Amino acid sequence: MSTPALHIAGLSHRYGARLALDGVSLNVAPGEFRVLLGPNGAGKSTLYGLLTRLLACQSGAIELFGQTLSAPAMAGLGVVFQQPTLDLDLTVEQNLAYFAALHGLRGSERRARIDAELQRMALVERRHERVRLLNGGHRRRVEIARALLHRPRLLLLDEATVGLDMPARRFLVEHVHRLAREEGLAVLWATHLIDEVRADDHIALLHQGRLLASGVAGELTAQAECDSLAQWFDRQTGKEDSACLWP
Amino acid sequence: MPVALTVLGAIVWRELLRFWQQRSRFFGALVRPLIWLIVFASGFRAALGLSIIPPYETYITYDVYITPGLVGMIQLFNGMQHSLSLVYDREMGSMRVLLTSPHRLSWLLTCRLLAGVVVSVVQVYGFLLIARLWGVDIPWMGFIWVFPALLITGVLLGAAGMLISSWVNQIENFAGVMNFVVFPVFFLSTALYPLWKMQESSVWLYWVCAVNPFSSAVETLRFALYGQLALEPALVTLAGAAVLLALAIRGYRPRQRA
Repeated sequence: MSTPALHIAGLSHRYGARLALDGVSLNVAPGEFRVLLGPNGAGKSTLYGLLTRLLACQSGAIELFGQTLSAPAMAGLGVVFQQPTLDLDLTVEQNLAYFAALHGLRGSERRARIDAELQRMALVERRHERVRLLNGGHRRRVEIARALLHRPRLLLLDEATVGLDMPARRFLVEHVHRLAREEGLAVLWATHLIDEVRADDHIALLHQGRLLASGVAGELTAQAECDSLAQWFDRQTGKEDSACLWP
Repeated sequence: MPVALTVLGAIVWRELLRFWQQRSRFFGALVRPLIWLIVFASGFRAALGLSIIPPYETYITYDVYITPGLVGMIQLFNGMQHSLSLVYDREMGSMRVLLTSPHRLSWLLTCRLLAGVVVSVVQVYGFLLIARLWGVDIPWMGFIWVFPALLITGVLLGAAGMLISSWVNQIENFAGVMNFVVFPVFFLSTALYPLWKMQESSVWLYWVCAVNPFSSAVETLRFALYGQLALEPALVTLAGAAVLLALAIRGYRPRQRA
């Protein structure tokens, strides 16, 4: 069995007396598109904070491609945060160049990679525009282009589509699926929006800090004899209403 | 070129780009010390007589005396501005991009600090040039001699700002910082009056000014402008810079809370 892109074992995290994550264990294989599904407050952002070393690990273990999470290991990781993180006063290209340099890319290689990502995200025409002038969908495209510049092997996206309209969401979901399928990129896609989940997606359901279920979305729904993933999600999380847009 | 230097270059380049795009910041940074120099110092020129004290070799006018203090003021305010921009970056999320890059936290923060120092040095040279043209007697060579002093004083004051930014959670809390940190630090120093003048009016104020690290920074700059090394103030400035930077890095370590 190959080394998982991401290995999480028994991860727990507390904010004072409140337990935000409770013994979460999860693997993401290379080339796998894994959905981390959970309602608001489930602990997704805490988990991402730990995976990106913005929060100190209290208990449990995290490994990236078999390596303990450390500064050098971060080179293999691309991240799109829930909160926008672009420099609004810099242009699209300047944002990308800054990030590329942070990852040690220089000269012609840096230019070539920026050109390639801009091309792929259909942003070539906007490269000299200040980010402040872009709409939400284009800003997210820039963030995804940026997260891929250093050719990471694992991409983490935390509620990357929040606030976007349907075409922009569809574009991003499809694009990231394609990256996993065609380039072997491992993806952990955190969302609370069930309509972003496809029947053949591998999901992990996080609720109140605990991993409640894991498996292929369509199979989990069928096994529970639910009409839809939304119904299954409601049943698992004990909610009457969900953010479901998918019948 | 080692990757660490590429990272430093990128962070300095970004800071200069942002500074260039906020040109009003440059003029704003110059207006404050220039008002002190042109209005305040001119007004007090006749009232305040200064005896011959090192590094000066003759009687000097008050505007000559306060010029190094105003250089320190530029760096002090720049340090606070830098601190504000760190809090802003944290709120806007761009700090996350920096902190999740594959480098040691201490190096990333040192780069961020040096980027702020570079911006402060640009501002200082703009001010010194105008002061020289205004008639303040600064040797042209002083522009070169002062450069290393500007780096260490910039690191001291930038690190102080960085440490404060690690404590301040929201931009809204910054007004208090200005009132309770910047003004006492500036006024209780040798920036505006020599220590012996202060001693004449109050012994305890004299001691407060004497132990204020900002006084050491100002004296380091004052001597450097005339090609002299003030060893003790320079060492205090260096030690203060190292301690504050270490504390700031500690303050930015991954936290247990979100």
